[in-house]
Amino acid sequence: MAKLTFKTDNCKGCALCVDACPKGILQIATDKINKKGHHPVECTDMEQCIGCASCYMMCPDCIIKVER
Amino acid sequence: MAVFEKPHALIDVPLHYCPGCTHGIVHRLVAEVIDELGIEGKTIGIAPVGCSVMAYNYFNCDMIEAAHGRAPAVATGVKRADPENHIVFTYQGDGDLASIGMAETVHAAARNENITVIFINNAIYGMTGGQMAPTSLVGQVTQTSPYGRDPKACGYPIKVCEMLSELVGPEYLERVTVNNVKNVRNAKKAIKKAFQNQIDGKGFSLVEVVSSCPTNWGMTPKQALEWIESDMLPYYPLGVYKDRSAEQKEAE
Repeated sequence: MAKLTFKTDNCKGCALCVDACPKGILQIATDKINKKGHHPVECTDMEQCIGCASCYMMCPDCIIKVER
Repeated sequence: MAVFEKPHALIDVPLHYCPGCTHGIVHRLVAEVIDELGIEGKTIGIAPVGCSVMAYNYFNCDMIEAAHGRAPAVATGVKRADPENHIVFTYQGDGDLASIGMAETVHAAARNENITVIFINNAIYGMTGGQMAPTSLVGQVTQTSPYGRDPKACGYPIKVCEMLSELVGPEYLERVTVNNVKNVRNAKKAIKKAFQNQIDGKGFSLVEVVSSCPTNWGMTPKQALEWIESDMLPYYPLGVYKDRSAEQKEAE
C-alpha cells in the first residue's frame, strides 16, 4: 500500500497537488493552520492512494514523500 | 519499494517563493538530475538576480551569485578555469537572461561554451513587483503596462529559443513547461539531457521552462497553470529548437 507523508509546516496551501491527484483524496485543511500561517494539505483517505506520485511531481515546495 | 522524496541536492529548508510558484518544481527537477547523474560534488551553480536570487540557499552544490544578467559570463570563467572537473549551470529568469543579460547569453551561445543554462520564462518581472518583461505577451497587463502591452510602444515579446536557434554555435535548445504532471516529466528529461551534454563535452545547452507567476499575474496557482496552457503556449510553442548531435547523426 502506498503511503504519503507531508512536511506540513512547509506547506503553502497552493493546492497544485489537490488538482494533480487522480483519486481526489487530497484537500486543503481549512480548519488547520501551520507555522507559516497557511492552510496545509491533508489526505482524506490513505487507503485509496495508488502511489502515482503526481502530487510529488507538482508540489513546488517538495513537502510530500511518497512510498509505495 | 519506490520512494519519491526531496532530492539530496536540494537543501531541506523552506523555499521563499510565493505559494504555487513553479520555481520550486524546477529547483527540484534540477536537484533530481544532479542526484541521478551523481555530480553533486563537482557541480557549481550560478544564481541570477530576480526571484531566484536566493537559489544559493537551496542547492546543496557550490553556488556563486552573478551580477544581474551576467550568469553565463561568470559560468564561462568557472568552466574554463577547470573544464574537466566542473559541471557548471546557470539558473536565470526572463528579466535576467532576456533583458539585461541578453548580450552575455547570445555570446555564450555563439561561442558554444560548455555550460548548461536553465531559463525560467514567466513573462513578468517577479521580484520587483510585476513589471513588464521582454517576454510579456502582447496585451498582457502588468504594473508598467496597465492597459496591456502595446506593441507600437513596447515591441513584441522575445522568443529566446527561436532566436538562439539561428546561431551556428549552440548545441541544444529546448522549450518545456511544468503546468501538469506529463510536462513536468518531459521537463526533467530535457534538463537531464542538458546536463548530460555538458558531461559529454558537447557545448551550450539551454532549457527554457515556461513557468507561472500567480502573485504578479493576479491569479490563483491553478488559474496560472491554465493561463500557461491557454495564453503562453500558443506564443511560446514547446519543442526542441536545436539539437546538433541529433542533426549530425541524421545527416550521416
